[in-house]
Amino acid sequence: MALKFPIYMDNNATTPMDPRVLETMLPFFTEHYGNAASRSHAYGWEAEKGVETAREQVGSSIGATGKEIVWTSGATESDNLAIKGAAHFYKDRGNHIITSQTEHKAVLDTCKRLEKEGFEVTYLATQADGRISAESVEQAMTDKTILVSIMLANNEVGVINPIAEIGERVKARKALFHVDAVQGHGRIPFDVEACKVDLASLTAHKLYGPKGVGALYVRRKPRIRLEAMIDGGGHERGMRSGTLNVPGIVGFGKAAALCTELMEQEAKKSFALRERLREGIQSRVTDTFINGSMEHRLPGNINISFAYIEGESLLMGLKDVAVSSGSACTSASLEPSYVLRALGVEEELAHTSIRFGIGRFNTEEEVDFVIDLVSRKVTKLRELSPLYEMVQEGIDLKSIQWAAH
Amino acid sequence: MAYSEKLLDHYENPRNVGSLDKSDPHVGTGLVGAPACGDVMKLQIRVNDAGVIEDARFKTFGCGSAIASSSLATEWIKGMSVDQAMLVKNTQIVEELNLPPVKIHCSVLAEDAIKSAIADYKSKQASLHAAQHAPAAE
Repeated sequence: MALKFPIYMDNNATTPMDPRVLETMLPFFTEHYGNAASRSHAYGWEAEKGVETAREQVGSSIGATGKEIVWTSGATESDNLAIKGAAHFYKDRGNHIITSQTEHKAVLDTCKRLEKEGFEVTYLATQADGRISAESVEQAMTDKTILVSIMLANNEVGVINPIAEIGERVKARKALFHVDAVQGHGRIPFDVEACKVDLASLTAHKLYGPKGVGALYVRRKPRIRLEAMIDGGGHERGMRSGTLNVPGIVGFGKAAALCTELMEQEAKKSFALRERLREGIQSRVTDTFINGSMEHRLPGNINISFAYIEGESLLMGLKDVAVSSGSACTSASLEPSYVLRALGVEEELAHTSIRFGIGRFNTEEEVDFVIDLVSRKVTKLRELSPLYEMVQEGIDLKSIQWAAH
Repeated sequence: MAYSEKLLDHYENPRNVGSLDKSDPHVGTGLVGAPACGDVMKLQIRVNDAGVIEDARFKTFGCGSAIASSSLATEWIKGMSVDQAMLVKNTQIVEELNLPPVKIHCSVLAEDAIKSAIADYKSKQASLHAAQHAPAAE
């Protein structure tokens, strides 16, 4: 089958919509287009039915009931609602929040805003393998801690945190446990009961569903309360007002159901393709480093640094593949990835990192093409590299006094 | 990043990649930047007795703009006198390659690299002359 370019290997950024999801959504645009809150006619009832089916599908995909799902515009909104909502509602119990340095900006920036309001936030450091240890969470907890927010899996390096262990410690100290589950949901098993999770942020567009729709899981037993951010009509049990994005929600439900059904076989397939990619590249290219734990990692993710060359120049050579880099040059701020920095990856290696995210629709043929392309481009850039030349001559780069400006 | 055709050309087909003999008294070597910043340029010139740059080579660790800026720099200075090469300004590189604002610092580094190579050449020449004209040791 002819390859389609660019080959998409950036499934940690977003995913293509599964045609089955799109098919499920379409009738809700032009046939069952009612407002799900319209109680008085069949259009409304049909829309509501679609929404309630999706509620059960998303709920059961994380071991919860449909009643515990609040629809939002995406995980960023869910993160905001969970953290601000819980902090404000439970502020009489304490003012301390714990999170990690490698969280998504939706969590970090929300915490920064709460700090301005007077909350205290501890940003935990990761271990060298990129994971947050349950011990570090426990040690940071005080009797003023009301909320702990730790992501299920990291978007840049794909490492999976020991959420069940962390949940045990958090519950023992009676604080709330929020998990940004965006990267792991649908790819690895995640059960809110087993992990003692109170709040979980989810999104559709990482599950081969549409963008612009997400959910917040809010535990009912025992009942967790939140201060709403959006007022106006009291939808979603008062937690999130606004007319529901019915087609988006229906798509989200279908996407979640498909992931639940296909998870085991997909994890095997992504893992096999990921390993094929990694082995292929590492056997043809020297001086490569894997960022983050290989053992506790999302099956389709790999983040590789290529020493002595720079990430953006490599990406330019990889125009036929869609991937991303932790290099400063590819970020608008010219700063290298804060996640890689938090992992202790040296700056020059952070500049050369490439993130590959293999997904449902990638094939062996695509992987083989990418292995060949990456190997050739890295070799070519190494020929251009003064650092590589120095290393070949036996010079220790750390001994040089660089004339930086 | 939307790069100009000229920039892409320098990236795909960089000119004058390579190295000259550092120990040659006619060769000046400039090394600027730092790996931690994501930009390192090595630029070398070979200057003939008439003070004209007859060859120039570069190697760069950096983004597409950095590679293109240094490639362009070597292309320009070949055939220039050392004094003319000192006058090459980063703004000329920005204009020629249509560098976006966020990449202007790459052109600055290329200008620095030229000057650094010339400085190295001049200091080597100075020590050479000092050695030649030094009084014979007793």
